[in-house]
Amino acid sequence: MGLQGVIQGMDERVSKILLCVERGKVDAASPYPPDLRGQEGADELTRQALAAGAGPDEVLAACDEGMKRIGDKFGAGKAFVPELLMSAKAMKAAMLHLKPFFASGQVQAKGVFVVGTVAGDLHDIGKNLVAMVAEGGGWEIVDIGIDAKPQKFLDAIASHPGCVVGLSALLTTTMANMEKTVREIKARHPGCPVLVGGAPLSADIAVKMGADGYGKDARQALESLSAFAGRIQS
Amino acid sequence: MNSLCKTIKDTKDRGRVLVSDGAWGTFLHQRGLQPGDCPEAWNLSRPRDVSAVASSYVEAGSDMILTNSFGGNPFRLAHFNQESRCFELNKAAAEISRAEASRARIARSELPNAETSRSGAQPEIFVAGSMGPSGLMLAMGDVTEQALYDGFRLQADGLLAGGVQGFCVETMSDPVEAICAVKAAKDAAQAAAGENGWSKELLPPVFCTFTFAKTANGEYRTMIGTGVEEALGAAKEAGASVIGTNCGGGFTQMIEIVREIRSFDAQTPILVHANAGLPRYEDGKTIFPEGPEFMASMLGELVEAGADIVGGCCGTGPDHIRAFVKVLGNLHKRARDFAN
Repeated sequence: MGLQGVIQGMDERVSKILLCVERGKVDAASPYPPDLRGQEGADELTRQALAAGAGPDEVLAACDEGMKRIGDKFGAGKAFVPELLMSAKAMKAAMLHLKPFFASGQVQAKGVFVVGTVAGDLHDIGKNLVAMVAEGGGWEIVDIGIDAKPQKFLDAIASHPGCVVGLSALLTTTMANMEKTVREIKARHPGCPVLVGGAPLSADIAVKMGADGYGKDARQALESLSAFAGRIQS
Repeated sequence: MNSLCKTIKDTKDRGRVLVSDGAWGTFLHQRGLQPGDCPEAWNLSRPRDVSAVASSYVEAGSDMILTNSFGGNPFRLAHFNQESRCFELNKAAAEISRAEASRARIARSELPNAETSRSGAQPEIFVAGSMGPSGLMLAMGDVTEQALYDGFRLQADGLLAGGVQGFCVETMSDPVEAICAVKAAKDAAQAAAGENGWSKELLPPVFCTFTFAKTANGEYRTMIGTGVEEALGAAKEAGASVIGTNCGGGFTQMIEIVREIRSFDAQTPILVHANAGLPRYEDGKTIFPEGPEFMASMLGELVEAGADIVGGCCGTGPDHIRAFVKVLGNLHKRARDFAN
């Protein structure tokens, strides 16, 4: 499978960006995926498309669609963590070229998403996955890392008014820390939306611990996150 | 000194099953390990608490116990700034488990019917060094294969210096990382055998188990998408003499995975360390849904599917192991009666 299948009604270059994002083709130097070795990737194609006059919002929409497609495959068990991460990486390469348009206000970021793994938990694959997919989905990411104490979350929220916060925990022993962190955030910033994720959780438990949303996986996290897009004030 | 290799083979030839141990981390937390503390550091700072976990499993009847070294590779230890102590923490982990296993062996051999009172295996209790994943992703360029091999080799050397009789590379997702770990353990074992003049039979075997989840279309895959046959084939190719699965989504799924393994591999001994189901967080507590009785009630089916070594993972404890030993004792007795 190459980059054939140009999308109807879409500029050919832009539709190629979509396919690069879907397949995780970052740039010409990237060996992944093997069947696209040596071909231009999201990086080169985005630069060329914008230089040729493609609209930044058009490019962003193509990236979004690429992420949606890989996300759907992931949800259906037809793609896995590495594929999703490579797609997010390709999206990130495209986003770098869109940055000036965000800065000038021509394109709007969906918001700031503060992410971290709660105190006592060192697992970062899940958190990184959610962060990359959210970034691919047009969110500005503030990653406060693993083993993040409640104060670290509170500080990040204070520095980014209007942000959405995502908490990750994999260990069963750190679930209590997650609940404690959610409660502290809600006590200090009642209007700040809090999303949680991690293997021992469910949507039900997320609500019980005071969170506003839950993602079973990175794709669902992005869906939950979309509900809070374009918020201005916490 | 008995050989773990030979014991596994003899047990299998006799149509029997060895019992391994259950979770360690949970019990260290119960003894005061705080979230964010390095569990392996306790091998030197709180050895008595680590011994207590090991001893609870030998008392429950395990034929084989692991070591408190799951996160003992330099990559995980680096999170706690403990990577420079990799060798000594792993050595201590092995020494603790070996001391408990030897102590219990003496106690058990004094039983009048030591040979048959347990799951039918020999009275020696073996120690296999636990080696968990690095937490880094090769596919994302987090780490190189050489660095993984070197890190796992250091861990394996430490475990061997402390006296492990085998290695348990576990909770793997990426076959490439698993190959690095298995090769490192195998090379460490061979080097030690050369130095100590061990016979081939005494060469510590390497087990390798992967964690599989069921996808939306009903296939078992690792987190990175590798299927059962591909993952375990890679482990075997790298030198693992026991393959299998650990952690996972509960006992029923483990039975399905073992059946799948047996569909492409009729011979290689299979190790299963099953979670007590998928954990749920409720009212401030983590609940594992599958209790000792439930898991023990499914054990016959797991053994029939083809498992040769059985034990627990997250959420299991000495009570699960005790229940396994009891069920297997009955199964073995039935098999013996039938043969007679």
